[in-house]
Amino acid sequence: MTALLQVRNLKKHYPIRQGLLNKQVGSVKSVDGLNFDIYEGETFGIVGESGCGKSTTGRSVLRLIEPTEGEVWFQGRNLMELSSKELRLLRPDMSMIFQDPYASLNPRWTVQRILEEPLQTHQSLRTSERKQHVQELMERVGLSSFQANRFPHEFSGGQRQRVGIARALALNPKFIVCDEPVSALDVSIQSQVLNLMQDLQEQSKLTYMFISHDLSVVKFLCTRVGVMYLGKMVELAPKRKLYANPLHPYTKALMSAVPVPNPKAKKERIVLTGEVPSAKNPPQGCAFHLRCPIATEHCRSVQPEWREADEEHWVACHNL
Amino acid sequence: MKASTSPSAVVAAASEPSMLQEAWFALRQWSKLFLRNKLAALGLFLIVLWTLFAVAAPLVAPYAPDATQLEAKLQGPSGAHWFGTDQFGRDIFSRVIYAARISIWTGLIAVGISFFIGVPLGGIAAYYGGWIGNLIMRVMDIFLAFPSLILAMAIAAAMGPGLISAMMAVGIVGIPEFARLMYSQTIYLKEREFVEASRSIGVKDSAILVRHIFPNALAPLLVRITLGMGFSILTAASLSFLGLGVRPPLAEWGAMISEGREYIITGEWWLVTFPGLAIATTILGFNLFGDGLRDVLDPRLRTSRK
Repeated sequence: MTALLQVRNLKKHYPIRQGLLNKQVGSVKSVDGLNFDIYEGETFGIVGESGCGKSTTGRSVLRLIEPTEGEVWFQGRNLMELSSKELRLLRPDMSMIFQDPYASLNPRWTVQRILEEPLQTHQSLRTSERKQHVQELMERVGLSSFQANRFPHEFSGGQRQRVGIARALALNPKFIVCDEPVSALDVSIQSQVLNLMQDLQEQSKLTYMFISHDLSVVKFLCTRVGVMYLGKMVELAPKRKLYANPLHPYTKALMSAVPVPNPKAKKERIVLTGEVPSAKNPPQGCAFHLRCPIATEHCRSVQPEWREADEEHWVACHNL
Repeated sequence: MKASTSPSAVVAAASEPSMLQEAWFALRQWSKLFLRNKLAALGLFLIVLWTLFAVAAPLVAPYAPDATQLEAKLQGPSGAHWFGTDQFGRDIFSRVIYAARISIWTGLIAVGISFFIGVPLGGIAAYYGGWIGNLIMRVMDIFLAFPSLILAMAIAAAMGPGLISAMMAVGIVGIPEFARLMYSQTIYLKEREFVEASRSIGVKDSAILVRHIFPNALAPLLVRITLGMGFSILTAASLSFLGLGVRPPLAEWGAMISEGREYIITGEWWLVTFPGLAIATTILGFNLFGDGLRDVLDPRLRTSRK
């Protein structure tokens, strides 16, 4: 398997400025040193609770927000070193599907115009060709092409998300960052959209980076999964290994919180105590030690190393 | 499945209202909301009335605005001269009507200057931020620190008195208001996901500002334009009153009040009253209309007012 995307030591720190002179008094370490590869054709999942830096990671990888530090290698080029013009030329190869289908479509534009924008930006097509392209796109995502002249508010949430997906597909990208693409949708609609995404992946050999807080959705769609906690990745493994044999205590706690459809199944729940510490002032040593059931003195002072505990199974924990 | 889709699609297409019908429906909804606000309707009426007077001044006015009849000077309102005559025997009604032309032009041009300079400045300041944004907005703050009339006087005086410099002075004074409004709108809109989506596609910043941010900021800007018209007309009249705007013998409301003010003491009240009423009703019209427009365009205010 070849890596389509390689992320090395990615960091995004937001400065906290205070006082009359705007002196920097600290920083929110939203993403703090990530390392991972995304292989061609796979769906790479990132899970974690709110505020752990999932979305920041997704946007930093595409340089929609400027990372503070790190490298992102995409097709042999380091995105961080590209000028804004070079980056624009590379945009057709990567795109993004957003969380909120109500906010991600310009309310004043018809679907036709929304889907035309990427084509206008990167290709010089005739009006009739563009129109036809838009119709094809709409049909690919399961919308009727006669709805092209409608405005976003005339669609349901699921339909809007299909428009968002169509826009992401417009330029035949290789890589799509999906930032919680179904969490704003009804459960009944979620599966339809997920199936659509899966079908499109097969048809067009897409690579997804799938950001979610929903472990069952991730289990359904992803090939490998990274678990984030407080701006750091604590565990990364192929889906099967992660769900069958979670190594990190945080992953274990997350897994035990997934509801099981069988009411008679006995389950041991690991309930974490305390709150997630602030990313403004992360704890010394392992970021998780304040809530970890198996933390030792060592965890309080030394940051655990990111190591391969098993084949393809990476984890950052002292006590394995 | 295949067989059932085509008839249902036909039905859907048939029940689809045409664009024209939809536009008509939207217009009716909109005007209903608007007329419910009776004050806004009054404002619109006043604006339309004065605009009509301005456009059709030669048809409405019974005399030429600068025709002097010294034998009929300082006459009170009568059948021949509805608003009376001034110290040169000019018909005040005719002059008030002709002056509407100047005032409405002044308003349009001044607001145009404020809009076309202020909106891009505010948009750029907010979108790019950093030192450029800071520089632009701090300069706007400096402008706002002066009382608007004093600033307009200073600019008009520096450019030399006259109608053109009054228009430009009033326009420049209005720039910060538009810049600040566009700034706040852009700050809010640039974080929205549809803007981010366009950036992720690789759309240029300038295109995002023009295609996405500006159209979505238009509603509050429209309100500001209307209110700005009232402000500009008033400020321009003030400049003329102070001798920094229109030069005599051109008819302008502020200048007319200025020329007629010494006759208040001797009892010839009509010299100042009628131009004053003209200013008051015009500005009242724009302000009432602007408030109504805000209510219609801002759905959050729509429900809170009965």
